[in-house]
Amino acid sequence: MKKFINDPADVVAQALAGVAAAHPELRVEIDEQYIVRADAPRPGKVGLVSGGGSGHEPLHGGFVGPGMLDAACPGEIFTSPVPGQILAATKAVDGGAGVVHIVKNYTGDVMNFQLAAELATEEGISVETVLVDDDVAVEDSTWTAGRRGTGATLLVEKIAGARAEEGGKLAEVAAIGREVNTHSGSFAYALTAGTTPAAGRPGFELPADEIEAGVGIHGEPGRRREKLRPAKELTHAALDAILDAKPFPGPVIVLVNGLGGTPLIELYLIYGEVARHLEERGVRIARQLVGNYVTSLDMAGMSLTLCQATDEMIRLWDAPARTPGLRWGA
Amino acid sequence: MDVALARDWMRAAADLIAADADRLTQLDSAIGDGDHGVNLNRGFTAVVAALEKSPPETVSEVLVKAGATLMSRVGGASGPLYGTALRSAGKALPATAEVAPADLGAALQAGLAAVRKLGGAAPGDKTLVDAFTPALEAFDKAVAQGGGLAEAAGAAARAAEAGAEATVPLQARKGRASYLGERSIGHQDPGATSTSLIFRALADVS
Repeated sequence: MKKFINDPADVVAQALAGVAAAHPELRVEIDEQYIVRADAPRPGKVGLVSGGGSGHEPLHGGFVGPGMLDAACPGEIFTSPVPGQILAATKAVDGGAGVVHIVKNYTGDVMNFQLAAELATEEGISVETVLVDDDVAVEDSTWTAGRRGTGATLLVEKIAGARAEEGGKLAEVAAIGREVNTHSGSFAYALTAGTTPAAGRPGFELPADEIEAGVGIHGEPGRRREKLRPAKELTHAALDAILDAKPFPGPVIVLVNGLGGTPLIELYLIYGEVARHLEERGVRIARQLVGNYVTSLDMAGMSLTLCQATDEMIRLWDAPARTPGLRWGA
Repeated sequence: MDVALARDWMRAAADLIAADADRLTQLDSAIGDGDHGVNLNRGFTAVVAALEKSPPETVSEVLVKAGATLMSRVGGASGPLYGTALRSAGKALPATAEVAPADLGAALQAGLAAVRKLGGAAPGDKTLVDAFTPALEAFDKAVAQGGGLAEAAGAAARAAEAGAEATVPLQARKGRASYLGERSIGHQDPGATSTSLIFRALADVS
């Protein structure tokens, strides 16, 4: 393992210290481990809190700021935050209008946020939870853990964040977040495994000519192993998996997302294939975003996310955002 | 079990988990994200420190404090699950300096019930429930046949180890391993394995 670290045990705290130094517009609570807008709490504004394991940067801490999240709770690497941490962030952003928790559908995240929401409710804070489960590589089922939350998390945070910023009420902010999730589907490939500092070695071994299809964002293997094929074929297969899983009759917001170890030149090449294939299938692209946004440490790979967008979603997508990881119109 | 033995149990569990942290992490690398050993080791190290800092006076308090510490330090799924197991077990115990084996068995059943409610897992889902459930069956059976704590804990440890090994051919239906579908078959569940270590620790100190 070659990484810029001092001690594998202190990576998250030391990275948070760096975030604090780099972003004076944010407040970073290093002991309690959360990142919050410096102007929080804002009276009357619904607070948005998200979080999850570290290692997915810029998700979630990179999306704290006007137009997106009010606070983010980074857990240990690939490990969800703990209830006390989430409760502290929730209290820090509660301006009296309630708080929305945006939670990716992983067992640990769901349980820790659930416990935190119960504690917050006991303290008189109204909490709504938006569960993100967009990964179509995993079958949806009521008696399993269900689909994973991946790339659509960014879309939920942007669009629900914009709704909260313009004064939406708690139920409205939660509703648009859930609507974005329902309308989104994602699929990912890994070319190599990522390496967590604590483990010190890649999460899995892949022969040079093979890839993992249907991976999530925690370095675990995917649904199946395949031979490496040209980007065009992989992109088509991923798009078809998404389009088969959910109806996309209207315009879509497209996210071509790198998993941390794939350069932009490859992501743009993939976006070109996405644009051509969607045109062939008669799906109109309303908005698009290409880059490393929901990552899995240094995993080489990419995910595709499509969100069937209403006019309202596109309006909120276009609204200003001023965060370290996503910034436009402001 | 008296309060000293309860503290010894937690310390022994911490030692076994520290010694086996790499093995737990390797099991987790196969079907999860490879941090189970690291996370649980961090949590149980904190448990030992918390119990030394302000020593509890009852077995109940030892387990409640251990559970609360795990919940606030571990994160992931292991933190709330093990935290809830120990906290609920502790709360189900009488507030006395010493508890009978039957009381401990009943309290651990309350812990298992709380885990199943929180995680929604049933036996056969390839989770810690697959070690926890047979361990308590063996524990209760030994107590019902007149066995003492040492005998019951030994039976529980062996049953938990067998339960953990029996997760190998299962397909995961809960937790991160479930996302691998059929590829989760053929690997021992890390959570069931760490549960067997905790029961082994109880047998070692009893």
